[in-house]
Parts: sequence; C-alpha cells; structure tokens
Amino acid sequence: MTVGQFLPAALAAHAPVLLVAIPLILSAPAAALKSGRAAWAIALAASVAAFLFAIELFLATRGDAPAISYALGNWAPPIGIEFRVDGLNAALLMLLSASAILALLFALPSVEDEIEKDKRALFYSAFLVVLAGLAGVATTGDAFNLFVFLEISSIPTYALIAMGAGHDRRALTSSFNYLVMGTIGATFFVIGVGFLYMSTGTLNMADMAVQLVELRGNRVVEIGFAFILVGLGLKAALFPLHLWLPGAYAYAPSFVTVFLAATATKVAFYAIIRFSFDVFSVGNGFVLNSFTYVITPLAIAGMIIASAQALFQSDVRRLLAYSSVAQVGYMMLGLGIGTQAGVSAGVLHLINHAMIKGALFMALGAFAISYGVRRIENFKGLGQALPVSSAAFTVGALSLIGVPFTVGFVSKFYLIQAALQKGWAFAVVAILISSVLAVFYCYRVLVNLWVAPRPDGASRPVQRVPYMILAPLLVLALMNLVFGVNAEPIVNMAETAAAAAFNAGVAP
Amino acid sequence: MLEVLAERFNYAVIIVLMMVGLYAVIATGNLVKRLVGLSIFQTSVFLLYISVSKVFGGAPPIFDYKDLAYDKLDPNAIYSNPLPHVLILTAIVVGVATLSVGLALVVRIREAYGSIEDDTLAEADYSLELEKGV
Repeated sequence: MTVGQFLPAALAAHAPVLLVAIPLILSAPAAALKSGRAAWAIALAASVAAFLFAIELFLATRGDAPAISYALGNWAPPIGIEFRVDGLNAALLMLLSASAILALLFALPSVEDEIEKDKRALFYSAFLVVLAGLAGVATTGDAFNLFVFLEISSIPTYALIAMGAGHDRRALTSSFNYLVMGTIGATFFVIGVGFLYMSTGTLNMADMAVQLVELRGNRVVEIGFAFILVGLGLKAALFPLHLWLPGAYAYAPSFVTVFLAATATKVAFYAIIRFSFDVFSVGNGFVLNSFTYVITPLAIAGMIIASAQALFQSDVRRLLAYSSVAQVGYMMLGLGIGTQAGVSAGVLHLINHAMIKGALFMALGAFAISYGVRRIENFKGLGQALPVSSAAFTVGALSLIGVPFTVGFVSKFYLIQAALQKGWAFAVVAILISSVLAVFYCYRVLVNLWVAPRPDGASRPVQRVPYMILAPLLVLALMNLVFGVNAEPIVNMAETAAAAAFNAGVAP
Repeated sequence: MLEVLAERFNYAVIIVLMMVGLYAVIATGNLVKRLVGLSIFQTSVFLLYISVSKVFGGAPPIFDYKDLAYDKLDPNAIYSNPLPHVLILTAIVVGVATLSVGLALVVRIREAYGSIEDDTLAEADYSLELEKGV
C-alpha cells in the first residue's frame, strides 16, 4: 500500500473503499432528513470527500506506480473481492467526483425549481446512491461485483429520471424504457460473466486475465466476451443500443441530465475498456476482430446517423442527447482502432466530452430556470437577455464542433492521429463528416441564440440566473478553453490511463 | 441430437426460458407483461448460474466445527460450489429491486396517461406534441 500523498496515511490506506462507502453510507441520513438543503449539504460533503480520495488515488497511481490493490475485509484476492485502482480508473474517479461536485452546485437552485419540496431530500439521497454505484463500478476488481455496482447505480437513476414527470410526463415512459433496456443490458453482462466464470473458475479480473491467456480460441470465452460487450454497450449507449438515451436525457430534471451526461455512459465505457484490454487483450484475435469489424462500423454509423438525427430535433435537450450518442461513437472509434494511441484518444474524448456536455446541459438548465424554454425557436434573442450563460453555451457548442483552442479539438486531433497511424483514412473522413454535421446542428441553436431578434410579444420576463448555476457553468466553460489551449494535463492523464489498460493485462 | 439434449438438459431449459422472457419483453405492448418477461429473462440467468454450480455427488459445503477443530475433515470429500448461490442471492435482490421500481413506474404511468399499453402511450405523446405545435 502506498504512503498517503496528502491525506493522513490511515485514510489513504483505505481510500479505494472509502470513496465508494462514504456516499453510500451518507445516502441514508440524507434520505431521513426533511430539509432538502440539509440533504444537499450532506451530498456535497460526500462528493467533496470522494473528490479528495480520488485526488489521493490519482496522485498515488501517476506514472509507473503499480496499481493499488485493496482487499475488502482483508480476504486476499483472488478469493476475496478486490478493489483495484490504476491510472485508468483513477482518471475516471477524478472525473466522476469532480462532475458530482459541479453538478451539485448547479443542483441547489435547479432542484428547488423543478422538484417538489418534500421529495428533495430523497432526491439527493438517490443521487448519492448513484454516485456510490458509479464509483464502485470504477474501482472494483471483481467481475460480479461490477454488475452489482452497475445495478446499484442504475436503479436510483431510473427513479431520478422519472422525477422529471412534474414537468413532462414523458419522463415516466422514458425512465421505464431505460429500465427495461438497462436491465437487459445488465443481464447480458451477467450471462457473459457467467460464461467466463464457468471456464476460468474465478471472478477476479486480474486472475481472470491470467487464466484467459490459456483459453484463447475457446468458444465459451468468446461468447462470454460478446455478451459482455453487448451488455455494456447498452449501458454505454453504443449506436444501435442507444434508444433509451434521448428520452432519458431530454425529460429528466436538468441536474440529473447534467450529471448523467458527464458520467453514466462514461463509466460503462470504462468497463468496456477494462474488459476488452485488461481482462481480455487485443492480442486475442477474436477481440481485435470484433473491434475492427463490429465496433468500428457501429461507431462510425453512430457518429454520422446520430448527428444527422440531431439536426432534426426541435427540443434542444433531445438535440444534445443525440449528439451524445454521436460522441459515444467517437470514443468507441478510439477503441475500435485498437492501439494504445486509439484507446488514449478514446479516454481523452471521454474526459473532454464530460466537460463539453456538462457545460452545455448546465447552460440549458440556466435557460430553463430563468426563462423556462427548451425548444430551439424559443431561444430567439436569448443571447442579449442572458449573455453570460449564452456565452458559456457557445463555448460548449464550439468545443462540441471541435474548433481549435477548445478541448473538442484536442480529442478529435488525437483521434484522427490515432486513425492515421493505423492507416484508416475512412475513419478520418467519418470524423470530418460528423464534425460538419455538428457544425450544422450547433449553428441552428447558436443562430437563434445570438442572431435572431427577440420576438416582440415578449412572453415571460427573464429572471437573473442564480450565481450557484453561473459559477459551475463558468468553471466548466473555462475548463473547455483552458485545457483546449494547454492540453498537456488531460493528455497525460489519458495516456497514463491507456498505458494502464494495456500493460495491466497480460502482454499480448 | 437427443443424446446431446439429454446431457445438457439444464441448458436447453435455460435457453428456452431466456428466449420466452426476451420475446415477451420485445413483443408485448403491455408494460406489466413486459416486466414479467424481464423477470423470466433474469430468472433464466439465475438458473444458469445455479445449474453450473452443481457437482455430481457433491455434499453441501458445510463443515462440522468439531471435525474442523480436530482435523478430521475428509480431504477427498466432494462439495458443491457455494459461490454461485451467493452470487445469485445478490442478483435476486437486484432483480427484485428492479422489478419493484419498474412496477412503481407503471403505476405512475397509469396515473399520468390512464393506460399502460405502449401504443396508446405513444399516441398520447404524439397528440400532445401536435397540440403544443411542432
């Protein structure tokens, strides 16, 4: 166990488990409280604690430091359940807890606007369970444990999405669809893990990776991999399995959308990386082939078709939701390339997309709270009325397109570089086409925001955007610009993560 | 063919159940029936795990404390694998939680729409969209 980087050693030694346990335990008192604000304070405290532990873990796994292994209840792995943190999940944990803090700052005014008073404490409690579940998926080194955490995070997510029913009853049907598809996905994952357990006799991922080397070419193992890929693909909204996503993002409360867009699909994506490159390895011909011939075409189809669908949406949140599906395509393309540079580009886009979509959905939340609009044609002239939020939205949109000096450009640059190294010119063409489509759908919103004049019959008065929303929004927008100019910190983070994914597993 | 089927009878049953469940999820428009299908689908996976853990001639993996203390355990004794049972116990809990959240959602949908048939819901949403003006 490493020495504490900045936390006391006694805390640092248990950082992997405390990161998960603190939000989970604090969700109970949050649910018992009557006051929404007190529950919010607890949720914020838990997220800040999680962030501190994440920084600790991140610092401890930088560079060539070995992975941190934590045996739960002192039962040594592979028999006991292991929490394992290396460069890959340390980066994800940072992203997760930082998003939680920013989203929570945004939540206080937004939730007071959208959620009934007596349900707010329960709302924050459910959020804490989601956070604990996602952190658990990111830290666990046990395949079945990963399923349990995946469901721990999903079940309260369904409830959180359905909370949007106060505004729009379609939140209920969207949540139900997500529940059905999410459960099918999770069950597929369990079937896959079952097959792997049958053939290796272990559930510990590191141990499984060792055993699987000898089982190369075994059909049961290959089928298991296929089930896992489809199951996690459903959770990550990989292109043909994305049908739950637009509804869930469009009708959920703003806060839930901000948090989910930044984290939920990302964690499932992480699990795919973990299984494909760590438990299995690209040295395995079956894995490499399924990436080249299944994942890559689907990723490219998703990038283009989902972007084209985004063009025709009149609800801005639906538009951004379809764009999210396209962005998952970019990340998947990074995996499909199957080289370390490709995975690094995928992880880079994962981090950047969290910042981009976090900023965009948060800006939409600001519009919703001060003006109450969601449809594109109602955005007319909003730029003059709400200049700061509109500017932040614009930065996010430019970053989504991939304009230079934004993070969107950085990740597309690295993705194209990785594709060219592999000699995949068609992937570069697809990225460019998808980017052009992004220009069009962002243009539709931006033109209404800045150029179109405010309609004369000014409907409802525009309220000031609360500072609690402006602060995290501006932080995210600035992060988009700062890391776009000085990309080194996040590029290093992504490269360490990719190296961890490649080298932690068995050499190909 | 028949011999193969007889040897792997458990798998055949599991696959049939799995397909029945998945088909019910996809084919029915009734939300409650869809949840029933989902449960059947999940249960078939539980059966998969349980049937895998069966060891022929295996005893329940419970040691007598006295035997353990006096080192009289039979090293050649065969035990069933208890781990899958434990896993599935967890998975059952997860399944129940999912089902209850799903049913709660169906109740809310019925309150909001007055129906739990998929096509009626889609129609209601569509006409709402038209009313608001696209």
